[in-house]
Amino acid sequence: MEFAASFALIAPELLLTAAGLVLLLVAAWGGDKAARGIAILAVTVLFGAGFILVPDLHFGTDGPDTIAFGGLLKADSFALYAKALIYLAAIGCLIVAPPYFDSEAAGVERGMRAEYPVLVLFAALGMSIMVSATDFMTLYLGLELNSLAAYVLASILRRDTRSAEAGLKYFVLGALASGILLYGMSLLYGFTGGTDFATVRVGLTGELATGALFGLIFVMAGLAFKIAAVPFHMWTPDVYEGAPTPVTAFFATAPKVAAVALTARVVFDVFGAQVVAWQQIVMFTALASIIFGALGAIGQENLKRLLAYSSINNVGFILLGLAVANEAGATAMLIYLFVYVAMSLGSFVALLMLRGENGELFESFSDIRGLAVTRPVIAWCLLGLMFSLAGIPPLLGFYSKLVIFQATVEADLVIFAAIAIAASVIGAFYYLKFVKVMFFDEPVGVVTGKSGNAHWALLFLTTLIISPLGYFLTPSLTDLAEKAASALFLGA
Amino acid sequence: MTDGLPILTLMMLVPLAGAIACLISAQSARWIALGATLVTFLLGCALWADYEIGGAQWQFTERAELFSGFSYALGIDGIALMLIMLSVFLMPICILASWDSIKKRVGEYMAAFLVMEVLMIGIFSAQDILLFYIFFEASLIPMYLIIGVWGGDNRIYASYKFFLYTLFGSVLMLIAMFWMVAQAGTSDIPTLMQYDFPPGAQTWLWLAFFASFAVKVPMWPFHTWLPDAHVQAPTAGSVILAGVLLKLGGYGFIRFSLPMFPEASAQFAWFVFVLSMVAVVYTSLVALVQHDMKKLIAYSSVAHMAIVTVGLFAFNVQGLEGAMIIMLSHGLVSGALFLCVGVIYDRLHTREIDRYGGLSINMPYYAVFFLLFTMASIGLPGTSGFVGEFLALAGIYQTSTWVALVCTTGIILGAGYMLYLYRRIAFGDQKNVDAAAMEDISTREWLMMVPITAAVLWMGVYPESFLAPMRADIAVLDERIASAAPASDSQPDAGEPRAKAANAVEHRGGDLPEHREYSQDGDH
Repeated sequence: MEFAASFALIAPELLLTAAGLVLLLVAAWGGDKAARGIAILAVTVLFGAGFILVPDLHFGTDGPDTIAFGGLLKADSFALYAKALIYLAAIGCLIVAPPYFDSEAAGVERGMRAEYPVLVLFAALGMSIMVSATDFMTLYLGLELNSLAAYVLASILRRDTRSAEAGLKYFVLGALASGILLYGMSLLYGFTGGTDFATVRVGLTGELATGALFGLIFVMAGLAFKIAAVPFHMWTPDVYEGAPTPVTAFFATAPKVAAVALTARVVFDVFGAQVVAWQQIVMFTALASIIFGALGAIGQENLKRLLAYSSINNVGFILLGLAVANEAGATAMLIYLFVYVAMSLGSFVALLMLRGENGELFESFSDIRGLAVTRPVIAWCLLGLMFSLAGIPPLLGFYSKLVIFQATVEADLVIFAAIAIAASVIGAFYYLKFVKVMFFDEPVGVVTGKSGNAHWALLFLTTLIISPLGYFLTPSLTDLAEKAASALFLGA
Repeated sequence: MTDGLPILTLMMLVPLAGAIACLISAQSARWIALGATLVTFLLGCALWADYEIGGAQWQFTERAELFSGFSYALGIDGIALMLIMLSVFLMPICILASWDSIKKRVGEYMAAFLVMEVLMIGIFSAQDILLFYIFFEASLIPMYLIIGVWGGDNRIYASYKFFLYTLFGSVLMLIAMFWMVAQAGTSDIPTLMQYDFPPGAQTWLWLAFFASFAVKVPMWPFHTWLPDAHVQAPTAGSVILAGVLLKLGGYGFIRFSLPMFPEASAQFAWFVFVLSMVAVVYTSLVALVQHDMKKLIAYSSVAHMAIVTVGLFAFNVQGLEGAMIIMLSHGLVSGALFLCVGVIYDRLHTREIDRYGGLSINMPYYAVFFLLFTMASIGLPGTSGFVGEFLALAGIYQTSTWVALVCTTGIILGAGYMLYLYRRIAFGDQKNVDAAAMEDISTREWLMMVPITAAVLWMGVYPESFLAPMRADIAVLDERIASAAPASDSQPDAGEPRAKAANAVEHRGGDLPEHREYSQDGDH
């Protein structure tokens, strides 16, 4: 009976696993011709998995009933909120992929490979496990399942040197990060005698032994790698630039949600008794990410690199919510994650829609000069997305920054909030550059490429979310995020 | 009153609908924009007519808990009413000013202006501090586009400077707002205006708000974005910038800094006075040597706004009333001066003063209007400028005679640079052939000039119409800040009258020796 209840709790993961395996076989026999069909099925499966979450997400779920397999996994509101975001982001990245791979941009290998949707499914499965893990073993299992799928996704254009390079870099640095993380876990195991979060937490109460402190720092460092937070962010611009754009869009959204949610779970559940120890680490990482993300982006000419730095900058704000170390901060962080996913997805979709005459992708500032004249609708959507990323009201990006700063100030961390918001002005500079290039410069290139309906739909949807109309979403979004945060703190 | 239709929301919806229509149908954007702004102006007139003088402090209030974390709360007092009237009055004129001069991307241009109008009404009527901030900051976006897309040669530099300067000023204010909301437990502006923050915290809060409003006003030395933005913006952009956006700083001081942090305001009053005195003298002198007409008027704006800040921090009724009237008057007059520059810029496409001359010969009507606004800018009695400056300087005299002395030189210097400008443009020989061939103002330009002229004269001759709605609110504010007023060095109370007049001539011969003795003292 207990076993059956555990299976019921992991229904979305079971669905993803089964579908992933079946589609893998279809891909093996059907070949690349079946790719489009597999993608459609994968999207359906992700929708289905997301649909399973809806009732519990709506009514909120927490407490002992959500613990599966004797404390290996926990499907509480917090995990469900993160999963819903991950599935939505994965769906977004799947439906924009086929036109990209069919176009000139994919180089010699035209056409989407059948493995692509399957890999996205497995990555989503890995992330699902990550966000519900309550044991270091399941945590690592999920993390590696996601990472391995991601390495392959980054280099999916095998004959494209940039893509291959991105995959290799991602793999080497990701393996290093996993090593650091594992080392930290082993130290914690040694000092506390357990791998499940509850045991480790009990072992870490009171005075923190030096070895346990090392364990904590190593775990935090490994997680910072996965989130791409300063000072472990170096791989991000290269990987984002090299990977195919739909994959970059995926990297910028779903794994970020998963890694941030995982970090939140670890710091509150495992290190809940040592708040001072991790709070300063997270606060430093947050401020450093905000500042370096903003400064690094200034000189960039490549749009994907620029968005990579922008994601580092945004992660800083998300971590600022985490560093507040209370329920309000966690709620703010979850709201920010939702808005961030919408903004990043929208920006990358807009980039995917900017094509030259032969379908080649436009990736640098000089390509999008005068876009407001040649492609006004895309330009206006990008304008909204960029101002939203910069946190300028009345766009929803402002609201997400508002809740983060409100939580920070209420926790009496005024000086950190002031530093972060001053640095956000630096960030505004390069988002303005987007607008300047599109609206103030004279058009040179001809942006002619036609875009699919999926692109338009996704672009309009994300723009609608970040537009002032998005504020009508805030009451229900806050409600969901509060339930998720309170579930997170129930264990703490 | 509130059971009627939500007029403030309606005033924002009309331009918003107009903006969307302009984006869709670029061909008829001019007429749509003009229609939308005129309808909004009529709604504004209805607002003024319905405003009950001496009634509740906050009228036309609307409240809806639509969002999480803050509410959609609107409402106005007399101060906000007057500033809203100024905004909706200037808007149709701005549209007319851009009628022919804007040729590219007209739909987007008009949409940007209409969105600007929505935001300005929102700023002045917001009753929730976070809602205020949203409108306040959002106004950067359309202005950034207006300067950047339709501006002059150096528009990109100017637009960046405008955006980043004002953004940096206001983000610190946002942090202060969060602290206040957390402390007071509400984001409702009327409640916050009555809340007593601890004096120690007031210092920091005041500085954070000052960072934002000082940039907006702009006060010396935070004014450097203004000449760039003014010079590069299209004519109508300059009008809105000078007419309404600069008033946001003054409005911020009167709505937030003074009532919410009275102790800190008193503590920093001399800081404000010193900056304002420097601004009055320094920027007036800088204005004197300008070759560019728009730059000259931009610097004169800094000088005039300095008298506003001095009046606000005088901590008495005259000072506050004077500051409000200067803000209204400056909105009309500097707007009109930018229009005057725009009229001849459209003909000759240069702002260089030396390229004009003797315009009163070939453009007599234009010269008359220009003269009137020049005089109003100087503060000639009978124009709106006089009323405001007189009240503000009378107010500051009660607090500090020295500040009054220094600031009054601003009027003399103002007369200097304005008359010098007028002489070089309108009088003298017609030294430039092309300038001499310019035609006098057209019907469209008549339509722009006449309403502003009427308003300037009305405010100059019968300022009571504009003071009456604000009187009760200023009295409430004065009462709130009176206890914190800084020490005064002037002695406006009547002293003991002398027995005799100083120059009384003695008629009796017998008193002569005494008289002689007195004069001998004087010789030493």
